[in-house]
Amino acid sequence: MQEFLQYLFSGLTNGAIYSVIALGFTMLYNATGLINFAQGEFVMMGALSMITLWMGCRLPLPAAFFLSIAGVSVVGLLLERLAIRTVRKPHPIVLVIITIGASILLRGLAMLIWGKDAHSAPSFSLHAPFEIAGATLLPQSLWILAVVLVIVTGLQLFYRKTLTGKAMEACAINKRAASLLGIPSERMVLLAFAMSAGMGSVGGILIAPITMSSYDMGMMLGLKGFCAAMLGGLGSSWGAVVGGMLLGILEAMAVGFFSSSLRDAIAFFLLLLILYARPSGLLGVKAVHRF
Amino acid sequence: MSKMKHGFFLLTIVIAGMAMSNSYHLQLLTFIGINTLLALGLNMLMGYAGQISLGHAAFYGLGAYTSAVLSATMNWSPWLALFAAIVLTTLVAFLVALPMLKLSGYYLGMGTLGFGMIVFILIRQWSTVTGGDSGLVGIPALSLGPLSLASGKAYFYLVWAVVLMCFVICERVVDSRVGRALRAIHDGEHVAAAMGIDTSRLKVGVFVLSAVFAALAGFLYAHLVSFISPNSFDFLVSVRIVTMVVIGGMASIWGSLLGASLLTLLPEWLHVFTDYEMVVYGLILMTIMIFLPQGLTRGLLDLYEQSRTIYRRPATSQEPTANR
Repeated sequence: MQEFLQYLFSGLTNGAIYSVIALGFTMLYNATGLINFAQGEFVMMGALSMITLWMGCRLPLPAAFFLSIAGVSVVGLLLERLAIRTVRKPHPIVLVIITIGASILLRGLAMLIWGKDAHSAPSFSLHAPFEIAGATLLPQSLWILAVVLVIVTGLQLFYRKTLTGKAMEACAINKRAASLLGIPSERMVLLAFAMSAGMGSVGGILIAPITMSSYDMGMMLGLKGFCAAMLGGLGSSWGAVVGGMLLGILEAMAVGFFSSSLRDAIAFFLLLLILYARPSGLLGVKAVHRF
Repeated sequence: MSKMKHGFFLLTIVIAGMAMSNSYHLQLLTFIGINTLLALGLNMLMGYAGQISLGHAAFYGLGAYTSAVLSATMNWSPWLALFAAIVLTTLVAFLVALPMLKLSGYYLGMGTLGFGMIVFILIRQWSTVTGGDSGLVGIPALSLGPLSLASGKAYFYLVWAVVLMCFVICERVVDSRVGRALRAIHDGEHVAAAMGIDTSRLKVGVFVLSAVFAALAGFLYAHLVSFISPNSFDFLVSVRIVTMVVIGGMASIWGSLLGASLLTLLPEWLHVFTDYEMVVYGLILMTIMIFLPQGLTRGLLDLYEQSRTIYRRPATSQEPTANR
């Protein structure tokens, strides 16, 4: 029981991170129908820039937090403006390769800026770890869960209550109809890019204190976030959250009760399983084709 | 026409083989040949049948590791090992393709990506057989009866002979009934099915074909370098194969050669940039795709045509985008 609880805590922590990354994917996919393979690099940049601003420049934590998000969002904007929009005949596979090129570019830039060494950050707050039924819960885990909860609620409010959010959802449902109704769909795409990059960076910022961050951390996190998005159902926000949590928990359980050597394979195994059994994901309802 | 092209190609290979004395250049050309095989196989799948695979490095690795393990650890003859590798790859590709090819678009891409990652992780973790991260050493060189293929030049001829053979196979397939059926699937699967084409059988077939090509490339790679490690078959390698196909030009057999050459040579040229290598590589990739999304073969032709029309009629510089 104690072991189970311990694995559950670590699974929830990782799962929350996967959820945020998956939300970033989902948001962009909804607005543009594009899978951004550079999403993992946004996570990496969020983590590293937060460490630099917080530890290096001695900024207070909230300032470092928001500045990092803003910085990475700007990178997302630049990616859309300079690369994605300039393509003349956007075939999806071409866009995929462009985002892969962007991820290589960003990784290379990060290596130049932060070097090849791994960096670490202390926990957000200096509480002692909590003891619950014999299992320890790190304060950082609570921080992570809290921030993710805030983001999910915030997103729901954004989609439901604000005009911009509704416009964005309209674009996701039918871009052409939305633009006929006077919604500036190009600006919505730009906003979606910025928001999804920002979302990725939040994932990185949150994970920085519980792992070592280096320029090449992005790819695996990005791919797992993607598995989470698929698991829950591509295009569904709740699906992203559920998928991320499920992935995190199953991964932690499998590592704890079986073996840690196949840890990274679990996400992809689940991905294949869901694609075989129910390609639209646990919560997704959309038809399974787009390309 | 096609015979002449092949004769010309053969002549180029022979001349290149005779003229090359630098062993580094010879090896580079051999690697281009191996990568061309990879690109050619994937091009059949992506360019002609319109199905994407982001996990082709798995078949490349499957071919390399099966042959390497059988010939290095169990002392099989490499040719027997090649046969085993091809049988195994066919089987795995068939089993993967059956459920997978019901998907399309991103879902198919992600499914193949997941499969590729699982094979990569298995290779890394099953260290009693594959040697894990430290790799597998002592893969024997090839020999054809009394003829040793250990030298760089002999291997160069072997690889390019295989490439030429696969070129001919692909051209035959593309120009046949099956090839036309594949292109019909590319343009519209439902239409193809309505015309009486057994789409799922053909898709599985072309998937297996492209996997076998990749396994063949893996076999040639393993016995060339005599040491393999999991990193030669990771996700980025799958991406590189896709990039070769797209940059070379989809649905173009000769484009595969161009794409493979470019992406083999590019990292070699970029070594001079040392730390900036990745940045420059990413930039080049993005630039080519932004400005020539049709790939180099089509893109350069388009640019040529465009410049000619501009030259003739300066008023209409609009590019011909008839069927968008």
